[in-house]
Amino acid sequence: MRRIVEGFVALSGAAMLAASFGGDAVAQAWEPTRPVQFIVPAGTGGGADLMARVIQGTIAKNNLMKQPMQVVNKAGGSGGEGFLDVKDSKADPHKLIITLSSLFTTPLATGIPFNWKDMTPVAMLALDEFVLWVNADSPYKTAGEYLAAIKAGGPNKFKMGGTGAKQEDQIITVAVEKAAGQKLTYVPFAGGGQVATELVGKHVDSTVNNPNEAVSHWKAGTLRPLCVFDSKRLPITEKVTATMAWSDIPTCKESGLDVEYVMLRGVFTSPGVPQAAVDYYVGVMRKVRETPEWLDLMKSGAFNTTFMIGDEYRNWVSREEAVHFNLMKEAGFLAN
Amino acid sequence: MDEISSLIGGFATVLQPYNLVLMVVGIVLGVIIGVLPGLGGANGVAILLPLTFSMSPTSAIIMLSCIYWGALFGGAITSILFNIPGEPWSVATTFDGYPMAQKGQAAEALTAAFTSSFVGALFAVVLITFLAPLVAQFALRFGPPELFSVMFLAFCSFVGLGRGSPFKTVASMMIGFWLAAIGLDSITGRLRLTFGSYELMRGVDFLVVVIGLFGIGEILLTIEEGLTFKGKNARINPRIVLETWKELPKYWATSLRSAIIGCWLGITPAGATPASFMSYGIAKRMSKDGDAFGTGRIEGVVAPETAAHAAGTSALLPMLTLGIPGSPTAAVLLGGLLIWGLQPGPMLFVEQKEFVWGLIASMYLGNIVGLIVVLAAVPWFAAILRIPFSIIASVILVLCAIGAYTVHNAILDVWFVLLFGVVGYIFKKLDYPLAPMVLAIVLGDRAESSFRQAMLMSQGDLSIFWANGLVASISGLAVVLLFWPLLSRLRLWLTEKRFFVRRRVQEDVAPTDGRTEAGSGKSRAK
Repeated sequence: MRRIVEGFVALSGAAMLAASFGGDAVAQAWEPTRPVQFIVPAGTGGGADLMARVIQGTIAKNNLMKQPMQVVNKAGGSGGEGFLDVKDSKADPHKLIITLSSLFTTPLATGIPFNWKDMTPVAMLALDEFVLWVNADSPYKTAGEYLAAIKAGGPNKFKMGGTGAKQEDQIITVAVEKAAGQKLTYVPFAGGGQVATELVGKHVDSTVNNPNEAVSHWKAGTLRPLCVFDSKRLPITEKVTATMAWSDIPTCKESGLDVEYVMLRGVFTSPGVPQAAVDYYVGVMRKVRETPEWLDLMKSGAFNTTFMIGDEYRNWVSREEAVHFNLMKEAGFLAN
Repeated sequence: MDEISSLIGGFATVLQPYNLVLMVVGIVLGVIIGVLPGLGGANGVAILLPLTFSMSPTSAIIMLSCIYWGALFGGAITSILFNIPGEPWSVATTFDGYPMAQKGQAAEALTAAFTSSFVGALFAVVLITFLAPLVAQFALRFGPPELFSVMFLAFCSFVGLGRGSPFKTVASMMIGFWLAAIGLDSITGRLRLTFGSYELMRGVDFLVVVIGLFGIGEILLTIEEGLTFKGKNARINPRIVLETWKELPKYWATSLRSAIIGCWLGITPAGATPASFMSYGIAKRMSKDGDAFGTGRIEGVVAPETAAHAAGTSALLPMLTLGIPGSPTAAVLLGGLLIWGLQPGPMLFVEQKEFVWGLIASMYLGNIVGLIVVLAAVPWFAAILRIPFSIIASVILVLCAIGAYTVHNAILDVWFVLLFGVVGYIFKKLDYPLAPMVLAIVLGDRAESSFRQAMLMSQGDLSIFWANGLVASISGLAVVLLFWPLLSRLRLWLTEKRFFVRRRVQEDVAPTDGRTEAGSGKSRAK
């Protein structure tokens, strides 16, 4: 109740400010009055955690917010802990959360009472890409060759390593199985870095690591990218190895493996917060996106830098929710 | 000799006054973080990470890695003084460290712990300096079956250690496995044993259990005894440091063995916690008077501390060379590397020479500075035991509550701490050993997921644990250790026939002076 009252106070304050300074002041009318919690629904050291900490660092360094931002990891139950925390914090504009695909997959796989509509969308910051990797010593030079080998081998002959169970990596694996018409053995590991290392050590045959997680091994010549699971090639033309840049990796579709998948890196806040607060955070994120630190992160991770807010963002998320529901239903990953 | 010149270059970077100041600040912060239970090295580094964004990567990693060294040192302090492990890897330190403090030898135990930590770290750093590329190749050979066999070895080296009933040991271990299974099943992605409670979704954290079992449990026992600390009459004299140092070289074999175990587990990356347990278990096996372990043997402090610090240090190697963190703190540092614009992985040693060698040089210096800082503080730490129990107990209770809350920012964990405090008290009263339960909680999850990953890979064929020379030799060693008590009993049985009378006499003398004080509350309550 107190928070709702606070919200009203903030709103009426905004109205007064708007009245006295004219329309321009409306966007800046709301400002945090205490430290802002930035929840990461995953452990420390992963992709979402890293992005949250870069945002926190750039905001602190460039003074983009009057109040400090605190990154809090709530990783329990594949991130369910973090999502439920935001859901239960009614109209608290001092709470943000960064998302992974677990936004959709965790409630579907575990049956926890949560849906993204229980939160207020703020902005899509970027989309994380997925690349099909094999060990550089393997004979497969293209996704087509690998796909043919999977088809020719018996069921469960090829091992795909990935992060977590019934999450993005396993969903892509199921899609690949469908395209190949042959079962793969999916082996879940704790984190993306470990997955890449298992592939370098030849304990699995392939992975769908994010660019960031495998780029160093690619540079060192131990891993080979086969294709990228996006509708178009990656935009970065700067050479990573002596001969190849990110943009030289074909899309999976053009290599004959018709699977597309990207992962949302977006920000949400508590349900029922005033629009002024959402606008405030959109403004902050826009400024973050212009900093060199952010641009570096985007380049090193070969991110898709699409930015969305408002209805466009909302529509994208609900479309993606339907995609995940269908994929998980087909794979038999639903909780009930 | 390339390494030597690179290392000297690294020292030149580290010895700049600005970096030296950061080093000392990092160590002091780290010790504080290590002392507070719950606020582990990983959390501490994560909280302070944003502060370093404006620094150069080399200065930043010097400060953060020094926090890490400080936390490794600091974890031992509360384990020894209050039986509350500040960090997971210092649980094994409590087994002998706390009884030593109770006997009034807190300063000796602290000195031994800090010095062993330093020795372990030094061993690991030398290894990193000269063998980094080779060692990285070795680490790559560890897939799920190999990792499981290492975990299995850790369990086996510990089974049969307790003097009490083996059934009590097994019961205690099973409760540990049960607690470890609560939460998300990482292989199927489903919730289990949560009974519909979303609070239980995150599982029961190891630290919460340990803070309760050891910290609160100990306070309950002390209250029953009449509100006094056993270690009250601790001698507080800086010369104890030197006296302990004179004694330590006697245990060179234990140190060397523990350092090797530590480096091995740090690199593979099983981590510091199993290393400390395994090394304690093996030290007990190998020691001439292994039966006296648990009563305040200095060797029982040397073994886990050396291994933990060697593992903690060598855990940075796979992070730097392969991009896989060997410990949670290393995982956070890994995030830091990316923020500073460095890509961890095999190319780091080639592309970022100044950074890597600066870090390695800071490992040498940071540990030396750390040792000096903590040793200088030994008398003060030991003096804490002179404060009346009625005051210190309330402080410990508050620290335990804060520590439990910090782990997940959840109030439920504070209730769990109280619950496990009572469980710990009951366990001690009924003479159930706590160590097997703790071991199972720590390693249960990871042993389970490695086992199931291996089973997925082999389509359920157990022969994967004997599939190559590496995994077969580890599994073989584990099986030998598992049946060791049986083998030694067999040998004993054979000799007993011949020396029946002599053995009886020994038995009458040995056990009574030993286990009574450390393990059971019964005797302490008298």
